[in-house]
Amino acid sequence: MPDVHFRPDAKIYDAIIIGSGAGGGMAAYELTKAGAKVLLLEAGQHYDPADPKYMTQLKWPWQSPRRGASTRYRPFGDFDAAYGGWDIEGEPYTTKNDTTFRWFRSRMLGGRTNHWGRISLRFGPDDFKRRSIDGIGEDWPISYDEVAPFYDETDRLLGVFGTNEGLRNDPDGIFLPPPKPRLHEHMLKKANKNLGITTIPSRLSILTKKINDERGVCFYCQQCGRSCMAYADFSSSSCLVNPAAKTGNLDIIYFAMAREILTDPKTGLCTGVSYIDTETLEEKSVRGNIVVLAASACESARLLLNSKSPRFPEGLANSSGVVGKYLHDSTGASRAAIVPTLFDRKRYNEDGVGGLHVYSPWWLDNKKLDFPRGYHIEYWGGFGMPSYGFGWGIDKVNGMFPDRNGNKREAGGYGAALKDDYRRFYGAYIGMAGRGEAVPREDNYCEIDPDTVDKYGIPVLRFHYKWSDYERLQAKHMHESFEKIIHELGAIPLSDKPGPENDYGLNAPGEIIHEVGTARMGSDPKKSALNKWQQAHDVKNLFVVDGAAFPSQGDKNCTWTILALSMRASRYIVEQKNAGKL
Amino acid sequence: MKRRDVLKGVGLTTLGLAGLSPQVKAAEVFDLTDGANLAEGPDKKKEPWEPYGRTKGELERDAKLFKEQFFNKHEMKTISGLVDIIIPKDTHSGSASEAGVPDFIEFMAKDQPGLQTPLRGGLVWLDAQAKRRFEKIFVDCTAAQQIEIVEDIAYPERKKPGMSQGIAFFSLMRNLTASGFWTSKAGIADLGYVGNTPNQWDGVPEEVLKQYGLE
Repeated sequence: MPDVHFRPDAKIYDAIIIGSGAGGGMAAYELTKAGAKVLLLEAGQHYDPADPKYMTQLKWPWQSPRRGASTRYRPFGDFDAAYGGWDIEGEPYTTKNDTTFRWFRSRMLGGRTNHWGRISLRFGPDDFKRRSIDGIGEDWPISYDEVAPFYDETDRLLGVFGTNEGLRNDPDGIFLPPPKPRLHEHMLKKANKNLGITTIPSRLSILTKKINDERGVCFYCQQCGRSCMAYADFSSSSCLVNPAAKTGNLDIIYFAMAREILTDPKTGLCTGVSYIDTETLEEKSVRGNIVVLAASACESARLLLNSKSPRFPEGLANSSGVVGKYLHDSTGASRAAIVPTLFDRKRYNEDGVGGLHVYSPWWLDNKKLDFPRGYHIEYWGGFGMPSYGFGWGIDKVNGMFPDRNGNKREAGGYGAALKDDYRRFYGAYIGMAGRGEAVPREDNYCEIDPDTVDKYGIPVLRFHYKWSDYERLQAKHMHESFEKIIHELGAIPLSDKPGPENDYGLNAPGEIIHEVGTARMGSDPKKSALNKWQQAHDVKNLFVVDGAAFPSQGDKNCTWTILALSMRASRYIVEQKNAGKL
Repeated sequence: MKRRDVLKGVGLTTLGLAGLSPQVKAAEVFDLTDGANLAEGPDKKKEPWEPYGRTKGELERDAKLFKEQFFNKHEMKTISGLVDIIIPKDTHSGSASEAGVPDFIEFMAKDQPGLQTPLRGGLVWLDAQAKRRFEKIFVDCTAAQQIEIVEDIAYPERKKPGMSQGIAFFSLMRNLTASGFWTSKAGIADLGYVGNTPNQWDGVPEEVLKQYGLE
């Protein structure tokens, strides 16, 4: 009874893509441009930052009654573009064995690409071959050289600024001009030069120059997190789904929460997708000849595990048993400081782009350290637009410094003197955050919770995740680096150095929102879910083009690699289709 | 300078809006964001709040919050007095209450219910303290009497015995007052934040680099 779910007259799409974030958007772009009739299923609503109805860019804090404070609906602040968050009503997830795992989801066209920092780093040659180098983790079935042409094309198609530095494991790209450093970034460059910490222009997917007629150029409001009305920053909805829709080959169904990938019990091939209409709670089905899964690493694993049938009793594409396993997020640790030489700074507009103008790629050799993987450092500081939280905790700071006349001040206070402290310290705070590579482990995983469903009746994920000493010692090293930098700047840290009692300040897994690895690719079908084209070993018309496919993460952010690989997999789909093999 | 003028000065093409249909829409948005057209804080006459890219769920929730009133008149009066002790009018700008901070605190207490007990309880603590010392509630005390109490709770490191809960309450009030004031139109003007407007970033001004020895 293969087609019991389908209406007899249902249209059969060439491909159904589940999810409209980086991976799904790129697949939609590539497949529709190639002439395929594509259906895109999106669990959330429509979104377009150029439509005033959705726009939060260039709003002032006083336009929000909570002055930009975060809410359950917008955990990164009231003006952030992402709809959803860590805690979505009716969409729970659970944990076991004292796991803390936090899962950020966006329910909107473009998914989480409307929110992120636009940090667009290529993985380097070593990042694809970790096991060969030191025996830890897993190699990818592909090399940097095989991905490089797709990184190049992604750079040209979507735009990224940066500089060619000739760093071996932080490859050069096709870069637009980077913005000049802000004042604190100049100071960081100088301090880090003395310390031997490489500090170079950041690499963000923001257009500092025009690249095509569909997208505008950055006007330096620092608000990429609100998503750009000129489409000058990359988001999947603005820069991939929009042009895909213009081909006329794309249909989009919103509020479609995919429940299960349907297969033909005889052939074992995908035949379509069943989803719940989140507005009516009705189950519906759509038919397609190819299914491209791009729901995010964990949602994609959940869908595969929930797509059980007599032929696929462990879930789809899971004869290896690896689906859900090897889940890993970037590591994170951070520190803030105040720079007394910046008190009473001259005011000017230094908004710049929506993120850091300089960063530090990994500058050391792990062979000489007590942890096996690297990290990069991101920096913040400057005259940000005040928002909820501004001035918070001044009683922890103002007692440390004498007043303008050199007299000792008492911490806390009130009145005119206090009011002046806020002015004096404005623009003198800086911060830094390490983002590192974790070692993927089989026993860090998500699985189907046997007892819990969400409000759509779909069994939910249960997480099991522990950091190891690889990550803890890396975080310890991050803080040692932060302290060196803060000291060299003549700055004062605003918190104590975390110790072993709290994992050296490591963020909880999931919090960096770079989770990957849950349906990894590999050459051995017994140890991987996908082949090197991100095609399921077990089901040849099923592809996974999000972070789930990553055998490892690199000390880089994952989005640019998701995009390059989704482009590569989509080209393969078209080739195979044209060759009659799909 | 009005944003519309900035827009003209920079020119739409360099703003990156060329070739986009939303050019006109964008110009309208710049007008909407012109602070001159907007109230400083929650303005009862203008409710419902000017929309700023809300989802349906957010609009419904905010409309509900605006209909509720958490603090009573007496509490609002005490809050107004306290926020002006924390951030008074000076030669640069007006006071916290003039910038709408009490209404902001009222909204936050509804938006983040975890604030309700510390704030309400803190206000009762303050009145009890005033009655014990001066046989009057806080708002009926003279300015000098109010300051006598504030001196005992505004400096955490003095650790005056019996005052720790008052210190915690005052710190919370200080934090909320600062956030409310410096995010208001008056506060942002006072602070000298001159961004949130289309511009061309061309690096740190020469004289500033020179000042810090970074040429």
